[in-house]
Amino acid sequence: MTLTRRGFIGGALGSAAAAATAEAGTVRHFEGHPGRYGLLHDTTLCVGCRSCEAACKEVNGLPPVAEPLDDPAVFDSVRRTTDTSLTVVNRYLEADGDRAPVYRKLQCMHCNEPCCATVCPCHAFEKTPEGPVLYHPELCMGCRYCVMACPYYALAYEYEDPLTPKVMRCTMCYDRILEGKQPGCAEACPMGAITFGRREDLIRVARERIRKFPDRYVDHIFGEHEFGGTSWLVLSGVPFGQLDLEEGLTTEPLPAIATSYLGVVPLVITIYPGLLLGMYAFSKRREAVSAAEREESVARALAAAEEVTQQKLASAADRAAKDKQKAIDMAVKKALAEAQKGGE
Amino acid sequence: MTDVTMDAASPTIWGRSGLLTPFNVIAGIILAGGAAILGIRFTQGLAATTNLSHTYPWGLWIGFDVMSGVALAAGGFVTSSAVYLFGMKEYKPIVRAALLTGFLGYFLVVLGLLADLGRPWRLPYPFIKSAGPTSPLFEVALCVALYLTVLFIESTPAVFEWLGLKWWRKLVGSMTIALTILGLILSTMHQSTLGAMYMVAPTRLHPLWYSSHIPVHFFVSAVAAGLAMVIVEGMISHRAFHHQVQISQDRFASINFGLAKGAAVTLGVYFAIKMVGLATEDEWQLLATGWGAWFLVELLGFVLLPCLLFTVAYRERRLTLARVAAVITVIGIMLNRFNITFVAFNWNLPAGQSYVPSWMEIWVTVAFITFAVVVFRWIANRMPIMYEHPDWKGVH
Repeated sequence: MTLTRRGFIGGALGSAAAAATAEAGTVRHFEGHPGRYGLLHDTTLCVGCRSCEAACKEVNGLPPVAEPLDDPAVFDSVRRTTDTSLTVVNRYLEADGDRAPVYRKLQCMHCNEPCCATVCPCHAFEKTPEGPVLYHPELCMGCRYCVMACPYYALAYEYEDPLTPKVMRCTMCYDRILEGKQPGCAEACPMGAITFGRREDLIRVARERIRKFPDRYVDHIFGEHEFGGTSWLVLSGVPFGQLDLEEGLTTEPLPAIATSYLGVVPLVITIYPGLLLGMYAFSKRREAVSAAEREESVARALAAAEEVTQQKLASAADRAAKDKQKAIDMAVKKALAEAQKGGE
Repeated sequence: MTDVTMDAASPTIWGRSGLLTPFNVIAGIILAGGAAILGIRFTQGLAATTNLSHTYPWGLWIGFDVMSGVALAAGGFVTSSAVYLFGMKEYKPIVRAALLTGFLGYFLVVLGLLADLGRPWRLPYPFIKSAGPTSPLFEVALCVALYLTVLFIESTPAVFEWLGLKWWRKLVGSMTIALTILGLILSTMHQSTLGAMYMVAPTRLHPLWYSSHIPVHFFVSAVAAGLAMVIVEGMISHRAFHHQVQISQDRFASINFGLAKGAAVTLGVYFAIKMVGLATEDEWQLLATGWGAWFLVELLGFVLLPCLLFTVAYRERRLTLARVAAVITVIGIMLNRFNITFVAFNWNLPAGQSYVPSWMEIWVTVAFITFAVVVFRWIANRMPIMYEHPDWKGVH
């Protein structure tokens, strides 16, 4: 496994420990592998010729573009990437006075910290030191969490394939990069709207263009910092929101947002057993105490009843004894009286 | 009591006319249709059977079978914890049915997942081949796998009593407390982490449903759903298996009022934390939008309303009202999970791209539920679920 921030975080420690490490690791920051590659799409230079689309299909061995390249009708609707079109060009603004129509190319942005990789339960994604995010179909179980998670709607799935469907997305032509070639789209672009190079160089190039032509560009490089930054960078002459690129996005990487809760998990595992056994002990004790109290009060009631009985018995015996004495006294008195009478 | 047991164990319960009862015929048709659709799914792909798209990778099979299924199966851990850990012994007569419902609910979750996964035979990959421990789904998968095992073991006492395996029955009986604690830990973790799965989508899920507290929302709403589902399940099973029920109508009603009270409190807490979410993320102004109206339908109609109905039902001892509230709560949980999975998801994309389940997705979901009902019936007709086995009265 290559040492990416994600790899650094993940390790084999389990999600729980991983999140804890992420928390603890906030004082350190991994800038990403130096010298990694990226691409710059200058939308002010793009004319919507879709040569990149055609080239992408060719280098990836996908069926050729369905709509003819010179057919402007394709721009009447906004398209997205699919399992057979890993990049598409959309027209976001029609020509307006001096300004030419505005086009933007869509594809996987190859995030610095890809959330597709973080949310994959099978670890099927890998951020390479060279920059491209790779997908390993041989590890994928097809849950499509990555497709759901991508904030750029860049991932597609082979729903037509019944048994061996794969996630489909731009690979930044990783194999071509290793061979020392440019990605297919960059090589095919006749307008120089797509520039391939080292990411830090591309940021310098983009800054330079903005500095030189302040009227031509919005002073922002989309992808430099959004959600922790992307390998693909976009320059625009109109507000990015008009190109369906959300403005004002946080610089916090999505993986950090997505896993922030997982730090609670080890606490649940460690606190619950003690807490619950405590509650169990409370309820057991409450039962035991109430049973003991019941027993005691029964015993007390019995004792009280016993005492009353004893008292009653004693008083009865006493009364009986008195009665007897009285009877004896009476008898004696009577006998004496009779004796006296007899004596007279 | 003895003749009840004997009657329950006899196969004549399948109906006076043998196997061809109306219930069996309808269930058979639904199951056969579901099997046929699954046949299409595994020969022609998800595209031929579902309305899933690149933009909506999760639909009904995740939104109902997994997200709602897990929440509605929460009754198992809620009632077993109440009885075994917190000493609320008066609920003991319903624990077995709740645990069995929980087990079948989780079984349904796995079935739904197997239909939905692109390559379902790779379901064990995260544990045996390539682990992705940074994924909330990894934690959910691990917890669900373990909890399904726990629920299975917790359901075996009825099987061992039925088969007369005394040694085994004593063994699982001695594990009750440990299993209940494990079940509560695993449930707390995966019920909340199901919500945490959506934390990755702050831009794609509408801010009224997205929250940094969403794991807590999921957990608390699952407790309410579990309690409501126990009431609904009792309403149906006590009618279907009334000849097996040993406790009096009064006692059963008072158990339901206790559950209603619990559900009222839980829904009240849930409503409160939803309000806290609105306040801390300062989203009041969003309530005035169309999405806000839909959010209020869910929050007022399916959380606050059943909360109040449960309260009235408890105070005035009205069983039917408690059942109405329970049904509303169950529908409300499904509505919430649907909203999060595909209604308020991709909310900022242009209209016309939204996901509506295909009839085949709905049929398969209904078939899975039917399957669970058939299995519940088969088990409850044979084993001591609705009543206590005379040899094991009052034992854990």
